[in-house]
Amino acid sequence: MKPRRFNMRSLILNTGSSLLLPLLVLFSLFLLLRGHDEPGGGFIGGLVAAAAVALKLFAEDYKAARDMLRVHPLQLVGIGLVLAAVASLPPLFVGESFFTAQWWSLDLPIFGELKLSTPLLFDIGVFLGVIGTVLTVVFTLAEAEHS
Amino acid sequence: MTTLMAILIGTFYAAAIYMMLRRSVVKLVIGLILLSNAANLLIFTVAGMDRGIPPLIPKGELLIEGPAADPLAQAVILTSIVIGFGVLAFAVVLIHRACEVVQTDDMNEMKGTD
Amino acid sequence: MLIAVLSCFILACFAPWLHRLGGRHSGWLLALLPASLFAYFASMLPLVSQGHSLQFAYAWFPGMGIQLSFLVDGLSLLFALLITGIGFFILAYGGRYLEKHKDLGRFFVFLLGFMGSMLGVVLSDNLISLFVFWELTTVTSFMLIGFNHEQEDARKKAHQGLMITVMGGLALMTGFIMLGMAAGSYELSTILYSDGLTEHALYLPMLLLILLGAFTKSAQAPFHFWLPNAMAAPTPVSAYLHSATMVKAGVYLLARLNPGLGGTDTWLLMLTLFGALTMLTGIFLASRATGVKKVLAYSTVMALGTLTMLLGLGTETAALAAVTFLLAHALYKGALFMVAGILDHSAGVKDFTQAGGLRHSMPKTTVVAVLASLSLAGIIPLFGFVGKELLLEAVLSASNWHIGLTIATVIANILVVLVAAIVALKPWFGAVVDTPKKPHDPDIALLIGPAVLATLGLLFGLMPFIADKGLLAAAAGAVYGQPIELYLALWHGINLPLMLSLSSLLLGLLLFKVWGGWRQLTNFMHSAEKIGPEVVYERLMLGMTQFAAWQTNTLQNGYLRNYLITTLGTVIIVVGWALLRVNQLELNISFQDMRVHEVAIAVLLIFSALIAVLVRSFLAAVAMLGALGFGVALLYVFFSAIDVGITQVLVETITVLLLVLVLYRLPEFRSLSSTANRIRDAIIAGMTGLLMTILILVITGARQLEGISEYFLQNSGPLGHGRNVVNVILVDFRALDTLGEVFVLALVAIGVYAMIHLRTGALPVTNSDRRAAFNLRRSQKDKAKADAKAEAEASAAASKGEE
Repeated sequence: MKPRRFNMRSLILNTGSSLLLPLLVLFSLFLLLRGHDEPGGGFIGGLVAAAAVALKLFAEDYKAARDMLRVHPLQLVGIGLVLAAVASLPPLFVGESFFTAQWWSLDLPIFGELKLSTPLLFDIGVFLGVIGTVLTVVFTLAEAEHS
Repeated sequence: MTTLMAILIGTFYAAAIYMMLRRSVVKLVIGLILLSNAANLLIFTVAGMDRGIPPLIPKGELLIEGPAADPLAQAVILTSIVIGFGVLAFAVVLIHRACEVVQTDDMNEMKGTD
Repeated sequence: MLIAVLSCFILACFAPWLHRLGGRHSGWLLALLPASLFAYFASMLPLVSQGHSLQFAYAWFPGMGIQLSFLVDGLSLLFALLITGIGFFILAYGGRYLEKHKDLGRFFVFLLGFMGSMLGVVLSDNLISLFVFWELTTVTSFMLIGFNHEQEDARKKAHQGLMITVMGGLALMTGFIMLGMAAGSYELSTILYSDGLTEHALYLPMLLLILLGAFTKSAQAPFHFWLPNAMAAPTPVSAYLHSATMVKAGVYLLARLNPGLGGTDTWLLMLTLFGALTMLTGIFLASRATGVKKVLAYSTVMALGTLTMLLGLGTETAALAAVTFLLAHALYKGALFMVAGILDHSAGVKDFTQAGGLRHSMPKTTVVAVLASLSLAGIIPLFGFVGKELLLEAVLSASNWHIGLTIATVIANILVVLVAAIVALKPWFGAVVDTPKKPHDPDIALLIGPAVLATLGLLFGLMPFIADKGLLAAAAGAVYGQPIELYLALWHGINLPLMLSLSSLLLGLLLFKVWGGWRQLTNFMHSAEKIGPEVVYERLMLGMTQFAAWQTNTLQNGYLRNYLITTLGTVIIVVGWALLRVNQLELNISFQDMRVHEVAIAVLLIFSALIAVLVRSFLAAVAMLGALGFGVALLYVFFSAIDVGITQVLVETITVLLLVLVLYRLPEFRSLSSTANRIRDAIIAGMTGLLMTILILVITGARQLEGISEYFLQNSGPLGHGRNVVNVILVDFRALDTLGEVFVLALVAIGVYAMIHLRTGALPVTNSDRRAAFNLRRSQKDKAKADAKAEAEASAAASKGEE
């Protein structure tokens, strides 16, 4: 077995990524929130966000990507799981069966009507779970490469 | 179109199985990817293929007028793609570790090193 | 009623704590339960003895028509009283007998569990629940035979008993299901009185299967050998399970089913033939054995054979004889086994040749033993006599083969007298022989059981109408199918049965005088045992293990591709064969309705799949896979699956990234397989692909039912408040599935993390870490060494023990 190292670092990628990154993250949130009505949703949004962080990893290095994320991706997995699981509970308090969707709407002065629901909470959980998983895998491998 | 898809899926299956029968673990991974694509397309084709009628309800409406593509098959495939990715990621890392430890990618040699 | 049955299991759960609480007298403490159950069942006596039956039903699996229903009639009440009554004495006895055993708590658990299961068997009205309890008795019996699990012998014997009874249990289940199908109900109370069962097409197979179950459980020849081997269990267990209760479960079943299934020629032939054969085999082997428990065990086999034979005859007399003999046998055999335990416990005697003259040191035990043995021998005025007279009468009045059966019974009786004489005289009278322990009469806990049982044998003998009016008439009525009009009596006057009894008594005593000679004379049995059923069983088991080893080595060979080839080959052959057998296979082939760009993508995909297979370079293969993934995504988008398409693109991107990240470091592709292998694999792969193509063409042309998708389309807006139906399905309608998926992803993340981060060698970072890891490894190594040493010592000790 002959190990080879590869290096993808380039100036163009580096600059491009720093411009693209905030856009991608915003886009992923957009996809997540509109998912219930238009194409998008937790899976797709999560994959976009994960790809954005992965882009950072390739453009700069493991450490930069890790710092940008701030938390460990496994923590994201945990939070996502908890959110998704918690989303199943509210109906139990109003006497409906497990996982029945609950909707609340709030009237905010500037933004207008804001619809909150357990499916949205659930989708956020999925979103975080996907980001966490993909990044755990990518980071772990990048780290192994590093050492 | 179904006929063409059937041939396409058959080819995918054949290619996937052939790769999975090789001795190199890397080829096994390639076979796995092909296989999950084949399976997804299989569900997709069997559920019926329609052009241009996505299961999206127009804005301001409650129902889709006229026919729509099968949303359940799409949900299933979407799930399957993500799960397939998870399995693949796991397999890839497992193989990475295995190769690191036993210093070979030949499954015949791997077998002896329990 | 339900509580009565379940209370045993519940108490079983708490038995170890209660045992600790009760200390030396824990046996008595736990025996309170069977005592109160006995009282509970006894309270039903007045109703049942008048011929009524009580039913209790509780829903269990209502959807499958299985309910937990109980039936109390004469037969089941007789058994329930025996189980709880003898169970009471056995618990008290066992608590003392195994007083110093470290696992006594566990013993109580199994014994109580067994008691509950056995009660379940005899009280169940539903075939399925009867079967469940039946299997539970098998399992608890296995645990109890193997109670001294440190001994290899006990384990082996327990295993043997388990294999045989479980095999029978499987047959029984099949038979029960057939019976339920034939009768249209799983309730015994319905089945037994439904007409036409014996003419049903399934009658013969179901009868044979049920008989197999009953015969294995009740140790009928040729399955009789497991019962004497089960004597590896502690003596209280032998007394309870393997003489008084469990082995009678098979007999109970036959008696229970007699009204429904009995009365045919097949029934008569099978039961009388195997019963008589078992009776003779059992008593013959008993007369040759010298081990205390062996002799008793073989004579139990004989009793079981006799009962089966009587049930086969199926006449009114035979039914009464069967229940009478059963009660008599339970009383004297339970007593004798407990006496055998006392012999072992108080004098260390395990073999009749080791003992003699114990009447001086163990006077009370001697009285009990003699009383019980007299009942065994069937000597007036004990209850055994009543049973034996009825037995002879039933055999003499049999409609078929009565001469043959009578001769068999008389021969058996002669040998029974011999065996009874051995048990009653050999250890107690004659010259005093030194015993391994200093003999003494045991304390009350050990003695009360056999004493009460033996006394009951005398009481029922003197006043048979108590037993008769109390219960036996009702029990015999349940066996016979309608109320019987016979009465038990001690003295029938001088008639043929009495003459036969008397002559067999004389001949038996004569034979006892020359017991040694008799054993010498029958030494040819030694060579016959080499081809006996036990040898056949062992060969079969050995063959099975060898076959299992062979097929495991062949199939589970550790090569992924062999598994794949086996699986795929099977699929290709089976599905292909099914497809070929369909007349006029309709393939949904049409090349219309295709757009140019779609065809272009499809062709491109086919090529990229083939190229990915054929290229030599890894990077080229990954590139091809990427192209393939994006092509598939395009197909999704073209055909209305926008979300799927987007997901596919994203996943494909990340997959390629991963592959490059990881597999880049792996070596270039090498040629590992031979050309022959390649051709073989190509053929299998090609066949699979072809099969899948054909299947799709068949399936897409044959869709008939509407799916549930329409529901989602209709309700996504009104109920789900969402316009993207796919997403509404994912996060609302089928959210639980999606939650499961997130769990899978989390598992992947944790697994990946663990694989890379938690490997040994990656852990120690600082010097102290390294030291800690080193210490850990060293302690593990030391532990392994210590383990190996302990093992070596243990095996050395074991081999010493064998010497």
